[in-house]
Parts: sequence; structure tokens; C-alpha cells
Amino acid sequence: MEWLNIILQGVLVGGLYAMFAAGLSLIFGVMRLVNIAHGDLIVLAAYVALVATDTLGVNPLLSLVVVVPVMAAIGYALQRLVLNRTLGGDLLPPLLVTFGLSVIIQNGLLELFTADSRKLQAGAIETASLHLGGGLAVGTLPLLQFVVAVAVIAGLQALFYRTALGRAFRATSDDQPVAQLMGLDNRHVFALAMALSLAVVAVAGVFLAVRANFDPSIGPARLIFGFEAVIMGGLGSLWGTLAGGIILGVAQAIGAQLDPGWQLLAGHIAFLVVLALRPEGLFPKVQG
Amino acid sequence: MSVTADATRSVKVAHATPSSRIGVALFVGAVIVLAAAPYWGDRQALRLLAEIFAYVALASLWNLLAGYAGLVSVGQQAYVGLGAYLLFALTMLLDIPPLAAIPLAGLIAAIVAVPVAALIFRLRGHYFAIGTWVVAEVFRLLAAQVSVLGGGSGISLPVGIITAIAPTRQWREFIVYWVALALVVMVLLLIVWLLRSRYGLALTAIRDNELAARSNGIDVRRIKLAIYVGVAFGTAMIGALIFLQKIRISPDTAFSVNDWTAFVIFITVIGGIGRVEGPIIGTIVFFLLRQTLADLGSLYLLMLGAVAIVVMLNAPKGIWGLIADRFGWQMFPLERRVIS
Amino acid sequence: MPDPLLEVRALDAGYGDFQALFGISLDVAAGQVVAVIGANGAGKSTLLKSIAGVMPSRRDAVRFDGEPVGDLPAYRRVARGIALVPEGRRLFPSLSVEENLKIGGQLGRPGPWTLPRIYDLFPVLAERRAMPATSLSGGQQQMVAIGRALMSNPKLLLCDEISLGLAPIVVREIYARLPAIVGEGLSLVIVEQDIVQALAAASQVYCLQEGRVALEGAAGALTREAIAAAYFGV
Repeated sequence: MEWLNIILQGVLVGGLYAMFAAGLSLIFGVMRLVNIAHGDLIVLAAYVALVATDTLGVNPLLSLVVVVPVMAAIGYALQRLVLNRTLGGDLLPPLLVTFGLSVIIQNGLLELFTADSRKLQAGAIETASLHLGGGLAVGTLPLLQFVVAVAVIAGLQALFYRTALGRAFRATSDDQPVAQLMGLDNRHVFALAMALSLAVVAVAGVFLAVRANFDPSIGPARLIFGFEAVIMGGLGSLWGTLAGGIILGVAQAIGAQLDPGWQLLAGHIAFLVVLALRPEGLFPKVQG
Repeated sequence: MSVTADATRSVKVAHATPSSRIGVALFVGAVIVLAAAPYWGDRQALRLLAEIFAYVALASLWNLLAGYAGLVSVGQQAYVGLGAYLLFALTMLLDIPPLAAIPLAGLIAAIVAVPVAALIFRLRGHYFAIGTWVVAEVFRLLAAQVSVLGGGSGISLPVGIITAIAPTRQWREFIVYWVALALVVMVLLLIVWLLRSRYGLALTAIRDNELAARSNGIDVRRIKLAIYVGVAFGTAMIGALIFLQKIRISPDTAFSVNDWTAFVIFITVIGGIGRVEGPIIGTIVFFLLRQTLADLGSLYLLMLGAVAIVVMLNAPKGIWGLIADRFGWQMFPLERRVIS
Repeated sequence: MPDPLLEVRALDAGYGDFQALFGISLDVAAGQVVAVIGANGAGKSTLLKSIAGVMPSRRDAVRFDGEPVGDLPAYRRVARGIALVPEGRRLFPSLSVEENLKIGGQLGRPGPWTLPRIYDLFPVLAERRAMPATSLSGGQQQMVAIGRALMSNPKLLLCDEISLGLAPIVVREIYARLPAIVGEGLSLVIVEQDIVQALAAASQVYCLQEGRVALEGAAGALTREAIAAAYFGV
């Protein structure tokens, strides 16, 4: 029974990892860019939530109303001013520029907020739990987080496949020059995609801030979790990303139960095993 | 009388240019002066120089991997740390003399690199880069589990092993310094030799257009694997030397992303990616900046990141790239000119 | 006489060191069908790309509706009313037939062309509206490409080699639709290697040879010999 609880916790954490991954996957799908600063942007969102919560005096979960638009605006500006200039086939510029960005964000946060560990208090919801019968219990907050993650992914799917904006994303990703012939300004489309990605990052960042301690240095680890979820799930599939996140969460939970020092290792090993046995991921989209 | 046979026999390829003759002369002169450093420099100077050598070597190896073979890794700290931990393990647990342990650590790291490559070569481009980071993380976490080498908090090299290098402290410093110099010279010469050979030509072809290279019969996968393993070998040896000098090791310092990847990448980008001279120029700039700005702590790193971004966007070939394009200089004889 | 809808004046264009067009001048009046013919490599596609904005040119080298548009990027020219059916169709593989058509209408320019009207023009597309666009036959894909361009309600439609790779019967079928397309006052520039269809559909013909206009005139007035001479440069 205890194992069932452990696995359940892992599944719920998996939702958070899937949210880390969704933003990453979206950007790669639309513009073939992997943002190495992605994890640091999640941490940035957490700090924006910190500032918003402190100045507005609201519950951190409500600060989403501020954090999401702020991060989306940052995403639009970042893409328009810096990242658009790195696109164009060569691998090194986007990789090195986003790596530089990662270093800048980490050290900038360090200067502004010091290396102290922080955590946002969401109140009673943090300790509340739902009893599912048979000895199973889930925390209300992790459950809420999982539900939000599923909703975000469902929302992204709907956006991509049922809206004009989603059409524009897919067309621009397919064939940039011809997308221009449809009246689409690629620079604007890419910037919107990054804004959307950072909006998702904002949600992930707020949940991260409430769930656990955070400090400027934890960004890279979040990037790696997101990346592992994307690869395990299969490139190009958002629901696959959810599955990948869940596998990662469960692997980590099992590892932690066996020995606290093995939590992270267990996740990495699960990733390496999937990479070795099924490199295309568990639910890859048919087209690459 | 076969015309074609005569034609090939009479075609030669020349590499040297006036600038490269000067460059080689400067290089040889510099090596001689640096080899004599124990006689003109104090202990501080020797330590600083050894650090500079280490970064030139690390950056040159990363440049070979990313700038020539197109394998952009942000996880080379995996091999720096692996080499360092192997040094500690070989000397402390197997009583191998420290100077012999350095190349041995490199060899073992090269062997480890083979299955690692088999795994991460399944990833492409940007995802490959993050994969290398995952590998480094795995190494770091595994190292923290090895309690006999200090576990999570690390360990210091026993005095006995250090004194085994040489009887006096002064001579120990000299020997470690000379090993550092020897390593960086070896790395540079090997890279120049490689680039002059037909493998170098293949590498340039791969860098320019992998598909075209493959359709011309170049075994791209084999070459990339060989480069990856070779770079792991070199990186591990340098890691071993660095921590032999530091005497103390811990998972966080051995596998530090900042020290062994961020700085290395910035050095190479600013100096000039895809050219042998780039890492040398970049290291000099980096250390000049450090001498003047080191007190700023994280602000320094922030500025470095910003400079790297600006360089990448506006001068993607780096400082040496600008110079070489403008004046056509090369420091080592690597150019190929057909003369008949 | 009103100004031509499209005026190309002394247009140069090239790819890197290679110059493809040398001082091309060309006029298209409102409601006119103009054919541009020439051998492979003569510069026909480059000409259309320059008009559409896919390739850059001098500001006043291309004038549309009385305004210089040479410095506008392609996505702004669509907003002005220039649409290109690109060579090789270039449908979006990730989108279905209907989605390809809808994205053509992304800008929402007002005009007679709507989704139902496109389906009227090409009924076979209505049956396949939900299928991935690239799973259709060559001729059907060409219809999607034309429909997609029409959805932007252009004033000027540029067609780059729509007969390429299609069976003659399919080509005839597509060209049979042209009157319905042009009927509303739309201007058309057709680039073709199939001279017969081009001459039948157009009122004015330009023949390009190695990046220059070798011959121009009313379609009916040009002799076979003159066209052959201009085409092959003999």
C-alpha cells in the first residue's frame, strides 16, 4: 500500500515535469530551437511570483494573474530582440546564446536575491489532503498541480490543432518562406510561440515555488527534467510528454524510497534506459 | 606514359604561409620561455600559468569537438571530473604513482566514453547537447555515492601521495608545472597534426555539410566517435592534473558546470570557434578580464555571458575569426594550397 | 488609360554572386492575363519571386496599385493583394486540405473568394477536406495551392509553373478553371513551360531568355518563329 502511495506521488510530480517539458517541446516543434535557459526561466518565474506575492500580499497561486503576462511579455521580447537572430539552420548560435542567457539569468538572480533558499506559502492547501480510501491519500496541492498540468497540455493541443494561431505555428514550422506568402510575419509568429512557452513556464514556476524550496541555481536541473520527459515521451507529442513526465516522476519516487540519495539518479537511469531501448521515445509523432 | 599518374605525382599541397611561419616561431619561442618559467617565475606565476595551460587545453579540445566535429557538448565537465576522480582512486586505492595515474586516468575515461557515446549519439543537435549534460549529472551523482572517495563532501589527497612526486615542495611544483605545459603542448600539436591530415580534411567536410561528406564516402559516425573518445581522453588527463594540483576534490567542484563548461565555452566563442588559434586568444582575453574583474563575483559571470552572446550574434567567428578574415593570417600551418 | 496594376521597371535580381535577372520591365493591367515563358533557367521563377517579395529588390523596381513595393517583405505584399502559387506547390504537410485553404485566408482580406466558393471551383477538394494535404495527387495538390492563394482575395495572382509534373489531361482541367478565376477582375501572371496553354490563356506574352526580355507582345500577334527564336535565343 505504501508503494501505491509512492507511485501516486510520482505520478502527480510527473504532471509538474510535464509542464516543464511542454514549453520546451512547443518551442522545438515550432522553430527547432532548444532553449537551454528554459529551466532558469522557470526559476525566474518563481522569483517573479515571489516579488508579486510580497508586493501584492496575495496567495502565490493567485499571483499567476501577474506572473503569466509578465513572463509572456518577456518571452515575446526575448525572441524578437535576441533569439530570432540566432535562427537559421546553424546549431551553434541558438545553443550558445541560450547557454549564455542561462548564465546571465542565474547570476542576475543571484545578485538580486542572493543564494538563499526560498519558498512561497500557499496556506492551508499545502497540507490538505484527499483520502481516496483503502489507505491511499493524495495532497490537495499536488493533485491540483497535476490537474492544471493536464489542462495546460489539453489547452496547448487544442490551440495547436483547432485555432488559427495553431495553424500559423504549424505552417511556419513546416515551411517558413511559404508561410510568409500567407501573410504571416515569421518574426512575430516565433515571438508569439516563445510568449506562449513562457506563459506555460510561468505556471510551472509558480507551482515550483509553492511546492519546494528554490534558489537561483536549480534551473539546470529543471531543464534536464523537462528534457528527459520530452525525450522519453517522444518528440512532437504533447500527451507523450505527459507520459514521459509521469515515468520520470515515478522513477524518482521509487528511487527516493529505496535511498534518498538515489532519487535523481533513478530518474536519469530511467531516461538512459529509454534512450537505449527506444530512442524515438514511447509515443513519437509519425513525422519528424 | 600515363598522363594522370604524372599529374598526381606533380601536384603538391602546401600548408605554410608567411604568417604561419611567424606563428610557429612565436609558438616555439613561447614554449621555450614557458619551460624555463620555474627559473624566472615565482610560485604564484607558476600556478597561474598552469591554470592558463589547462584552460587553453580544455578549450582547444572543446573546440575540436564542437567547432570541427559539430558535436556541441555542454557536459565536458563529466570527463574533467571523471579524470580527477580516477586520479584520486588510482593513487589512493591502487597505489599508482600520481604522474603515471594521469595518462591512465585518461585511458580509462576514453574507454568509458565509448558506451556513453553509443547512448548519446542517438540524440541530435540541441538534444545531444542536453544529453551530454545529463551524463555529467549522472557522473556527479555517482561520484557522490562513492564514500571511499569522500562521498558528497569530498576528500583530500593524502600527503604521502603528493610527496611521492618529488622530495621537495619546490620540485613538486616544478614537475606539476612542466606536466601541465607538456599536456597543453601535446594537445595543441595533436590537434594541428590531426587537422593537417586527411582526417582533418574530413572533419572540415563534416562541419560544412554532413550529408555531402557522407555521400563522398566519409564514415561520419566513426570519425565523430573517434573525436569524442579522443577529446574525453585529453579532457580527463587535464582534469586529473588540475585536481592533482588542487589536492582536494568534491563532486560539486569536479563536475562544476561553471568552471569546466561555461568558462571553456565562453573562451572559445570569444576567441574564435572552429579555428585552432581561437582558444588561445580566448584564454588570454579571459584571464585578462579575470585579473581586472574577478572581485565582482557573479556579476563577472553575468558580464561574461553577455559578452559571449554579443560576440555570438555580431561576430560569430570570434576575435581570431575577425583577424583571420581581415588579414588572412594563420598561426599554425593548416591552410591547404595546391601547388604544381 | 489607367495605370497598370503591376509595373516592373528595370528589375535586377540574383542569388549571391549569380545574377538571374537583368533590367526586366513588365506591365500587367487590371483584369489582364499575362504569360511569361522561357527555357529553364531563363529567370521566370525569379521574376515571380521578386514580384511576390520572396526575393528582395529596389524599392521602385516593383510598383503595385500605384505604390512602390520593392522594399516590402512578402508578408506585407500579401496584405496589399499580391498572391503567389509557388513552384512545386509547397503545401504545408502538417495541415489538412481545409487547413491549407484556411491559412491562405489568414489575413481576412475582403473579397469574393471564400472556402465554399473554392470548394465550388474544385469539388474534388471538398471530398478530401480533412485529409493531409500532401496525401493528394499532384493535380489535386495544385488545386489546393491555387485555392490557398485565392483565399487571400488577391488583386494579382502569380502562378509559377502550375503544369509542372502533371498529366496533360489534368493540366487542361486546371486551365479550364482559369476563366472562372479571372472572371471577377483578378489579374494573372502565368509562368509556364507549356507554351500552348500559356498562349491560349493569356492576352499578353513576355518571353525571357537568360534573364532578359527577349520578346513581348499580344498573344495572338506573335508568330511561332518569333517565339521559338526568342525562347531558344537563336
